[in-house]
Amino acid sequence: MDNPILAAVNQTLQASSRAIEAIPGSEIVINYIKNSYQNDPFRVVLELGLAVFAVKYMLSKKYRIDPSHIKLTEKEIDELVAEWQPEPLVQPLSDIQRMELEKTQVIAGHQGPKPKMLSSGKNLLNLASTNFLGYINNEDIKEKAIETLRNYGVGSCGPPGFYGTLDVHINLEKDIARFLGTEKTIIYSQNFSTISSVIAAFLKRGDIIVADDGCNFAIQKGTQISRSNIKWFKHNDMADLERVLESIKKETATSKKRPLTRRFIVTEGLFQNYGDIAPLDKIMELKEKYKYRVILDESNSFGILGKNGRGLTEVFNISPKRVDMIVGSMATALSGTGGFCAGSKEVVEHQRLSGQAFVFSAAMPAMLAVCASEAINILETPEKGNKLLKDMSDNAAAFRNVVVSAPQAIEVSSDVGSPILHLRFPKNALSAAGITTRDDEKYLLQEIVDEVAVKDGLLITRAKYVENQEMFLPRPSIRISICATHTRKDVEKAAQAIKASFVKAISKRK
Amino acid sequence: MGKGSRSAVQASPVSLKATPLSSQHHAKFQEGLSVKEPKEKLHWKGFSSSAKNRALFKTSYDDIMEEPPYFYLITTYLSYIILSFFGHVRDFYGFRWNKKAFAHVMPSNGYAALTSDWDSFWTRNLKMRIEDCFSIPTTLVPGRTINMLERVTKDYCRTFQFTGKLKEAVNLSSYNYLGFAQSTGPCADAVEEVVHTYGLSSCGTRLEGGSSDLHTKTEELVAEFVGKEAALLVSMGYATNSTTIAGLASKGSLIISDELNHNSLVFGARLSGAFIRVFRHNDAADLESVLRDAISQGQPRTHRPWKNILVIVEGLYSMEGSIVKLPEIVELKKKYKFHLYVDEAHSVGAIGPRGRGVCDYYGVDPAEIDILMGTFTKSFGAAGGYICANKEIIDHLRLANHSSVYGESISPIVLQQIYTSMWSIMGRDGTGAGQERLSRLAWNARYLGSNLRKQGFIIYGDRDSPVIPLLLFNPAKIPAFSRECRKRDLAVVVVGFPATSIVASRARFCVSASHTKEDLDFVLRVVSEVGDILGLKMSSRQALEMGMEV
Repeated sequence: MDNPILAAVNQTLQASSRAIEAIPGSEIVINYIKNSYQNDPFRVVLELGLAVFAVKYMLSKKYRIDPSHIKLTEKEIDELVAEWQPEPLVQPLSDIQRMELEKTQVIAGHQGPKPKMLSSGKNLLNLASTNFLGYINNEDIKEKAIETLRNYGVGSCGPPGFYGTLDVHINLEKDIARFLGTEKTIIYSQNFSTISSVIAAFLKRGDIIVADDGCNFAIQKGTQISRSNIKWFKHNDMADLERVLESIKKETATSKKRPLTRRFIVTEGLFQNYGDIAPLDKIMELKEKYKYRVILDESNSFGILGKNGRGLTEVFNISPKRVDMIVGSMATALSGTGGFCAGSKEVVEHQRLSGQAFVFSAAMPAMLAVCASEAINILETPEKGNKLLKDMSDNAAAFRNVVVSAPQAIEVSSDVGSPILHLRFPKNALSAAGITTRDDEKYLLQEIVDEVAVKDGLLITRAKYVENQEMFLPRPSIRISICATHTRKDVEKAAQAIKASFVKAISKRK
Repeated sequence: MGKGSRSAVQASPVSLKATPLSSQHHAKFQEGLSVKEPKEKLHWKGFSSSAKNRALFKTSYDDIMEEPPYFYLITTYLSYIILSFFGHVRDFYGFRWNKKAFAHVMPSNGYAALTSDWDSFWTRNLKMRIEDCFSIPTTLVPGRTINMLERVTKDYCRTFQFTGKLKEAVNLSSYNYLGFAQSTGPCADAVEEVVHTYGLSSCGTRLEGGSSDLHTKTEELVAEFVGKEAALLVSMGYATNSTTIAGLASKGSLIISDELNHNSLVFGARLSGAFIRVFRHNDAADLESVLRDAISQGQPRTHRPWKNILVIVEGLYSMEGSIVKLPEIVELKKKYKFHLYVDEAHSVGAIGPRGRGVCDYYGVDPAEIDILMGTFTKSFGAAGGYICANKEIIDHLRLANHSSVYGESISPIVLQQIYTSMWSIMGRDGTGAGQERLSRLAWNARYLGSNLRKQGFIIYGDRDSPVIPLLLFNPAKIPAFSRECRKRDLAVVVVGFPATSIVASRARFCVSASHTKEDLDFVLRVVSEVGDILGLKMSSRQALEMGMEV
């Protein structure tokens, strides 16, 4: 019964060995194998064992890394599935959240220095919108935009990598680079998404970020997504920054053989949450001493600070080429949309494949790119640009002078020259008035917002946060945005009214 | 991927006679959809809204990913090995003898390398060789045709110089599904008016003085269009996903995501802090097994039950052309009680008899799906995106979506483009032009897809997908296909790793309602010719296709 099978096996073996021998040069290989196994039973056993293991490994099921995995029968799983009751996707809104939604101001029609409100039908003096230079009513920009519309349509219909790059985008990138004085620029189509993409493009697991704890939410999200090692230093406290840098130096000094880690200092030019300015000169000094790179978020200072609006580097007279990456916004001062990152050629070109919000998103509409280019053009025209910037900073100074005169009721965290002014109740005044919770403080500020809208015709807003996700939640405040095209008289009158309202609100409770 | 720059200069020795490119033709189209082709020819009548009817159209090869002959697989791997080898050789010598040019990728002066990862190696050594096929600068409307700025390179794609000439080509590259990318017509007229009445920017976030009545009005229309109670608009499509998911899921939640989900969904899911698991692309059975395992095991280590489970899928996968198996997932949803998030970035406007996306396509009630997300970049010729859900969820997201709290709100001009184009699709303008766009897109998608299959190319995806991926495999065919097509006045998108898997490099055609039948016939001729040159007709399913009707 064995015979036919054995014969068949034998035949096959012989046939295959003949086939192998037929290959030219096979003799040498066969001899080599024969020789190397001769008189070496250990090697034969070892290699057979390895071969068996390899086959077994390939055939074996994927094993689980999770040792706590519990084996369950199908029936048990069915029961568990039937038993499981998920929570709803969102929780019902709390009272203060509902208030937040109901009190959101909606403008009817054109945005501007005196927009009409939908709810009241009244025109209010706008101290809430980021129309710092008053570009929103600029007829030249509008004309350019319409001209662009008639050539390009609205959407770009594709990401920049796939035919979405228009000549107007390239022009805008050049305009920003020229205006700032950097080598190159890359534009993103939303400001908020810019910095998180920039951070994640360069910083990976194991790299080190040293960041200001007053930084805005977008930066926090960027540090989170990069998964790098994050150390926070106290807001604008250079001694604390040096302490952090020194401690990192000590930690890493012990392991000299390891390759250098990428290290970055991340901070904001003009802080969104406080309205104060980072001491760039000192940061540059420390950066060069400790060999860090710097990412500077100029979303609020680009087009606003400095004699010609070039931002913090102009204020401190530092060459923009020394700052590794400058991130800015076209949505604030330029009244357009989107953000940018300016830096060296290598910094910019790397993002064209690694800046996630750049690669995976459609390019911005041509009209808005042209509008930003035109806005820069105006800034670069000395008689126009300098006047706008001067009017804005004079207005901001005038407003500030009024509100700082009531330190018992208003705490101003913003620096002189900033068109973003955060107004808060001083802590001692709050405790004297018996206000202890954050919610009460917010209600009190909202009362002011509502009161000045009705009584004094002012549109102002509280600064809003996604409170449960902020890492270092700032105290509640009213954020004032000053516009260049307001008259000095209007601004001063508004400041007086707001001051009176603050004083009244806090003394009423006493 | 071989001969970098040498072939980057595009002369135009066009061998094909009929190039339907005259600007007159273009202008005529812009006036409204050209009615060159009689409506009867569209074969659309049988394709009405019933789901049963649609099932008949489903054919056996739908969404099967055909494997190429082994020869192509092996040569593809070999090509990448050779390319990487040369890359490493270049790096080896560069690091030692060309320190200036390599300064940013090696430690210098006490600073670590600026970039040292795989991305950087890839960009410098592989992508650089075919840089002329990416980020091609264009100008004017990305409509039926596209105008590329001609550029040349003298240093192997490191820098480009513009010649000042324009090259017009039939556009299969833009996401202009319904042909709303136009500089004339009702949308453009309405947008021009809005520049005067609303201005160009909203100047602020939605909660801090950047909301206008136009936002509210558009949100109401979008909600109605999608078939949900409320909508929230975000100023960027990518951010619509990346800044929303953190408002829906958090620590203790589980996100189950399709393995081919878009980067924005991955980014958003990672920000949320929820635990993330993936299932095989469009595989409901695998999703079920992940669900059973996740629910029965609970959270890792602690085994406590999940707070909730959010399953995230896309309506139409833009790299694969596959349409999500929504009915099966909705069935699973009933049993496993998860929440469902469908990203309709590519499907809204582009599929379904009324253009309302995958729900419309399958006849599924939108109420079955918790979150319907979509973008306006593609079908509406605008920008930004939306989240649609019930009022409770949207109210919550208005306060929790990062873009709506911190990001600039959507510009009035973009809002108006959305409003007018959607108004037209819904037929409210009373002209039927919107419906004609939908029919034309559906017909065009089928016509091009099935004819390419007949020609013997390996085409991925669903029959009704307006995105048609044609598989190239070998890396050298990526630039070759792009260059050969452009030479013949056809603009196509080519994609390779990392956007696809390493073997499955592809060209991707985006069909538009603005294409005429002549355009598509022209495309078929060009692609067939290029396919012959490059040896791309490798499908073994040709016979099956030959017997099928369009």
